[in-house]
Amino acid sequence: MAQPAVFRVEGVTKTYVTGSVTVAALRGIDLALNEGELVVLLGASGSGKSTLLNILGALDSPTTGRVFFRDTELTGLDDAGLTAFRRAHVGFVFQFYNLVPSLTARENVALVTEIAQNPMRPEEALDRVGLAARLDHFPAELSGGEQQRVAIARALAKRPEVLLCDEPTGALDSATGVTVLQAIWEANRDLGTVTALITHNAAIRQMAHRVIRLADGRVTAIEENPDPRPPQGIEW
Amino acid sequence: MVMRALDRKLLRDLRRIWAQALAIALVLGCGVMVLVLATGTERSLRLARQSFYDRMQFAEVFASATRVPKGQLAEIAAIPGVAQAEARISMQVVLDLPGQTKPAQARLVSLPEAGAPVLNRPVLRTGRLPDPRAADEVALSESFAEANGLFPGSSFGAILNGQWRELRVTGLMLSPEFVYLIGPGSLMPDDSRYGVIWMGEVPAAAAAGLTGAFNDLSLTLTRGASRDRVIDALDRQLAPWGGTGAYGRDLQSSDQFLSGELDQLGAMAVILPPIFLIVSAFLVNMVMGRLIGLERPVIGLLKAMGFTGREIALHYLKLAAGIGLVGVLIGWGAGWWLGAELTALYTRFYRFPWLVYTPGTASFALSALMGLGAVVAGALRAVRGSARLAPAVAMQPPAPPRFRRGQIDALAVRLGLRQTTMMILRAITRWPGRALVTSLGVAASIAVLVACFFTYDAISSVIDAAFSRTNRQSVTLTLAETAPRSVIEDAAHLPGVLRAEGALAVPVRLSHGPRSERTLLEARSPEATLVQTLDAEGHAVPLPVDGLALPESLATKLDLRAGESVTVTLLAPPRDSYEIPVTRVIRQDLGETASIPAAALAARMRMAEQVNRIDLLLDTDRLAEFDRAVKATPAIAGTLFWPDVQRQFDATLNENLTRSVSIYAVLGVLITVGVVYNAARIRLSERSYELASLRVLGFSRAEVGAVLVGELMLLTLLAIPPGLLGGYGFAALIAEGFSTDVVRIPLVIARRTYAVAALIATVSALVAALAVRRRLDRVGLATALKQRE
Repeated sequence: MAQPAVFRVEGVTKTYVTGSVTVAALRGIDLALNEGELVVLLGASGSGKSTLLNILGALDSPTTGRVFFRDTELTGLDDAGLTAFRRAHVGFVFQFYNLVPSLTARENVALVTEIAQNPMRPEEALDRVGLAARLDHFPAELSGGEQQRVAIARALAKRPEVLLCDEPTGALDSATGVTVLQAIWEANRDLGTVTALITHNAAIRQMAHRVIRLADGRVTAIEENPDPRPPQGIEW
Repeated sequence: MVMRALDRKLLRDLRRIWAQALAIALVLGCGVMVLVLATGTERSLRLARQSFYDRMQFAEVFASATRVPKGQLAEIAAIPGVAQAEARISMQVVLDLPGQTKPAQARLVSLPEAGAPVLNRPVLRTGRLPDPRAADEVALSESFAEANGLFPGSSFGAILNGQWRELRVTGLMLSPEFVYLIGPGSLMPDDSRYGVIWMGEVPAAAAAGLTGAFNDLSLTLTRGASRDRVIDALDRQLAPWGGTGAYGRDLQSSDQFLSGELDQLGAMAVILPPIFLIVSAFLVNMVMGRLIGLERPVIGLLKAMGFTGREIALHYLKLAAGIGLVGVLIGWGAGWWLGAELTALYTRFYRFPWLVYTPGTASFALSALMGLGAVVAGALRAVRGSARLAPAVAMQPPAPPRFRRGQIDALAVRLGLRQTTMMILRAITRWPGRALVTSLGVAASIAVLVACFFTYDAISSVIDAAFSRTNRQSVTLTLAETAPRSVIEDAAHLPGVLRAEGALAVPVRLSHGPRSERTLLEARSPEATLVQTLDAEGHAVPLPVDGLALPESLATKLDLRAGESVTVTLLAPPRDSYEIPVTRVIRQDLGETASIPAAALAARMRMAEQVNRIDLLLDTDRLAEFDRAVKATPAIAGTLFWPDVQRQFDATLNENLTRSVSIYAVLGVLITVGVVYNAARIRLSERSYELASLRVLGFSRAEVGAVLVGELMLLTLLAIPPGLLGGYGFAALIAEGFSTDVVRIPLVIARRTYAVAALIATVSALVAALAVRRRLDRVGLATALKQRE
């Protein structure tokens, strides 16, 4: 891979202090995410995957170490800078969708396109995830898989450079999970969005260019996958 | 005693929601406070009045006449229903106080030869009673003496029977008759210019030219006697002696003011507290509903463990009662304190020998009952729901709220509203009940603020009407006796007089059908410009050429409209009755006087026009000269300086009004703060994850805050029109409830009042919402996303 790095993570640690309890979530991470690649982060719960993803997405900041997005040092930005970074560059997909219940599918997507620089039309984004027929449904009227695809459409509609997915299939059955993963995979393939996807389902690693394994707050292995397969061919 | 675990949970729950609980408790406390304040002060004033009247034998019927031979007293005492009758001399005298250029005035009242009177017994505060035979010894009303630096041993001058006499003070007294002392024609007590002088009967009768006779009478009645029948008999008895109509306590000046004050306190207790209690009930309903919603799993667990629905309901009712208890305690404390302050203020206007704040347990018990009742009623609905939840259902998370597209959506799309605005609109349409409670709460607050600032508008209007438009004279002279019109000319020649106009004021009884009212009839020239009549809108209108101009309040009491006729019976000689048409209903805020053109009255009485009052416009540069001349003119029984009256009025009102308006403004603001703060906290608790999601999507703190604050501000704005309308209604209630026989509060609300009330409520709402918005910053973005409502 000769691609230039989009993210650079240097010596990042993260320690949570709750009362008298101190938990080291990350114990020194160094890695890079490259242009156009889809990376799967694998690990047991408590291994630090989510913490790392949150730091990449500027939802959290490291205790020590530095994080770069291209030439910008995220660890040097204040709250307003981090907000602007998320607004311009990052799309998120979470396990519980995090849709706004009072807005329809189209409106949930429009929420983001209204504040983005060069967005898709909400209808186009929803069409891309196969929900062209469910535009005016409220989240409560959609199935879990549909809700998650709305969340993906919402994340992609702003044409982000980075897509961060935290267990996007965690709450879904396998057949529904595959349709969701397919949407993510296609976005990466068609739009070239750098994608980091957390899972504890090892089967999913087959769709990634690289698999990064974490355990106990450290990177334990990085595997290259020369032949990523679309999720439709994956079973679990 | 070991505390049950469930009760320990209750205390911790209360501590956890302390800010919300306090916001409700403060609103409730306001209601309780006003109740304790009003009922407690009313009771204190009533008790002080009752005991003063009882101990000092305050008379029940009063009468005066020109000259009644002493021998008549036995016949009067024999009127069926009369328990005791006491005669005396009473007259207005002009005083010449050391170091004062302006003449002061006093009512001189005689003391019986035997010593203290039987009725209307004064309390000797210091010194001794005057020697009944000494012509130069007097006792003074205490407040008058204090205001003028007089004490036993001091001397001052008085014009008695046309002669300047030096009088010596022997003692200072208080009397049940003069608890609230106000000079004739004046509007406010002025202790430095008007007082009471007690003098022995013999010298007083000599001074009044009434030796062997009396001109003033007080009666008490036997139990069960008909007061009206006694008054009728008394009037017949006194008619040949120049009687001017007997009247009961309800028309006795001092008692009239006291009763007015008591009625106002009663009105305060009835009008204000319900608003606060109702708002608190709704707030409790809102907060308990949310709390119980959040505690569904706990309720499920408790039920699974075997707690009954009743036990669980009781648990949450106790929580509501806990909030209520805090509110009641706050209200008690504040009510006690303000009641004591108000009572202390009363001691400056109402002269009782003892006036202490004794609110009585009933005030506290009643306010606590109503306060706790309000919160329990508010909690009942939410609590009943908790008792009914089946354990298995309770342990499940509640079904997500269902949203529907409606008419409002089409409109929003056409207007091109942003999605964050849609979130605000849908939250309101999805929970209309809560939105309504929030809006109505803010509206109640605006209404309280409008009503509170309205008192300023009303009083300014009263002052403007009374001093700038009705009474434009500098001085009113009261003549010792009725005189022909030529005395106006004489008065015009007093130094510094620019213009002089005369009037004749006579006591009359107005009767219309079964209704009748005793009042004063003032006959004036229709060309008079110094004293004017005002129409209902407050514009000066000339007196009609014939017929009566009646103040609206009097017309209402007599059920009279312009065009109808009323029977006017003169209560002074010639004591005739006339049918006179009412030609105009006028506005009169202070006092109740009927007016008639002088010529119209004179024609009916078949005599030349007469006057007993002269209004003067003065050149203020020659005031000292004028004062000297007045003191030297025996025909003048009293002078009233209108600039002084207004100064006194302004000073008293400014102090009292500013104080009470500030208090009520705080109460009004507390409602908005309580309502908006609680609504915002509930919103935040429901939406924190949703709002955190917006932050994740790249919305700034300000943008996310705007969703929370925007909803509340929109509800606040929606509350403004009903709030202003409610304020108008509330002001009307106050105008009605606080108007007395002596002062009528006009329903006048300035636009500025509406604007200020709306602005204050809006700013308070914004501050309360922003205070809650700050909590949004504490919601961690990363953790928010892991949780699911």
